[in-house]
Amino acid sequence: MENLRELYQEVILDHNKNPRNFRKIENPDGFAHGTNPLCGDQIDVYLMIKDGIIEDVSFEGAGCAICTSSASMMTLALKGKTEADAEALFNSFHHALTEEGEYPEDVPLGKLKVLTGVKDYPVRVKCATLAWHTFDAALKRLQGEVTTE
Amino acid sequence: MTNSAQYNIKAIRNDFPILGREIFGKPLVYLDNAASTQHPTPVINAVKDLYEQNYSNVHRGVHTLSQESSNLYDDARVKVRGFIHAACVHEVIFTSGATESINLVAQSYARPILKEGDEILITHMEHHSNIVPWQIVCEQTGATLKVVPISDRGELEMDQFHAMLSEKTKLVSVVHVSNALGTVNPVKEIIDAAHAIDVPVLVDGAQAIPHIPVDVQALDADFYVFSGHKIYGPTGIGVLYGKEKLLNAMPPYQGGGDMILSVSFEGTTYNQLPYKFEAGTPNIAGVVGLGAAIDYVNKIGLATIAAHENGLLAYATSKLRSIDGLRIIGEADQKAGLISFVLDAVHPHDIGTIIDGEGVAVRAGHHCAQPVMERYKVPATARASFAMYNTYQEIDVLAEAIKKTIDMFK
Repeated sequence: MENLRELYQEVILDHNKNPRNFRKIENPDGFAHGTNPLCGDQIDVYLMIKDGIIEDVSFEGAGCAICTSSASMMTLALKGKTEADAEALFNSFHHALTEEGEYPEDVPLGKLKVLTGVKDYPVRVKCATLAWHTFDAALKRLQGEVTTE
Repeated sequence: MTNSAQYNIKAIRNDFPILGREIFGKPLVYLDNAASTQHPTPVINAVKDLYEQNYSNVHRGVHTLSQESSNLYDDARVKVRGFIHAACVHEVIFTSGATESINLVAQSYARPILKEGDEILITHMEHHSNIVPWQIVCEQTGATLKVVPISDRGELEMDQFHAMLSEKTKLVSVVHVSNALGTVNPVKEIIDAAHAIDVPVLVDGAQAIPHIPVDVQALDADFYVFSGHKIYGPTGIGVLYGKEKLLNAMPPYQGGGDMILSVSFEGTTYNQLPYKFEAGTPNIAGVVGLGAAIDYVNKIGLATIAAHENGLLAYATSKLRSIDGLRIIGEADQKAGLISFVLDAVHPHDIGTIIDGEGVAVRAGHHCAQPVMERYKVPATARASFAMYNTYQEIDVLAEAIKKTIDMFK
């Protein structure tokens, strides 16, 4: 149970219980629907962008505590960031969990660091990255499904 | 609650080496048997002995090892025949699993006879493996897939079944025991109704085979399929039982060695049953392991095992029902082997990860039965499924682990 406390920290449980920016944005600039076919997690990410800056970002969907809290924390981290900074943060977060891709040293994870405990549970990493992949797709104005496969 | 005196659970558990494992320092409580069962020493040894003593290709060589391997392979088929009470040994076809068995029937039985306007009848509680092969064959032929609905309790709407069964129906394919709900379906009633209008029935027995004594002749099933790894055997081996008359009329599923009598460039004569459907070098060790698994189950007795598992199911059901905020998905009168459940406050994946920390292995997800999840408006469920080696004490561990999970999310 001790290891699990590392994964399910208070802040994660709190974001799961009271997810921030859990709402739909009407007529969003960017939108994507993401699913994890392995476990059935589903998430919608909405984006409003003005002059290259993320003015608003929100999500809806059904997922586990890791998925929901990661999405909630993502919205807080992204608001006010430029598109380029948001992409860099995504890369940094993704690298911290999967050790794939390049790690941009100068992008600190800040509060997102609490989610890196999921590294010890390889099958759950996709839960933590689903919202980010969906955001990435929304940002790229991609249509249709995003999966973390 | 104690384990029945006649049922020597200790001796059985000793036969399964993996049950001695610890997970995060806690004794393993393996309750993911509906996904795959563990293996007793006689099964492991049968495979080991084959490779160490007897192995060669089957039905080919004149040398000693080929003869020994062939004998072991053929013996296993005789064991399967006895286990499911098939009329003849050659009605038992070895496949890679229940999935391949269903695909074989879809392509070799259904595809040649289906035309536009024909219907295949399945149910809302099928595993994806008893949905997708029919969707494929419907696409190929223009036939239509019809789905019998299920009730809130997780039982087939039998009135609907009888109403949907018609002269358009060319095949009924139904699961014997639902892997997501645990429901035991009235397959005998289904088969009798279908036969009254000359419609054949395939029964998906993947979940039934370890829990319910099956007599394909008493059922009068036209096809019955199952996988070895759900009944203490190896993965990659399964069975298609089919009535001789139907199998003989079907074209081969795959071409290759072993399924032919003679080959020339002018034409090929197919081999007789069962070899017509077993192209290529088969899964010899899988077959031998499955034979050993059936021997092991027979030694203890499937009826005895079923009684033990039904006791566990009843105990677990009352135990889990008493947990606040827990909802059981699937409350059919007739259930076997498993309980699906959800918690108000905790997603099934979180349940799965957290109780793994207590050594408890359950499945969390959609169980390859997404239509069932949709029917009950849940994204996924957690599922505890039982085998001959599970104990009442393990159910207590499961219940405590679930309570801890709920507390953690408070």
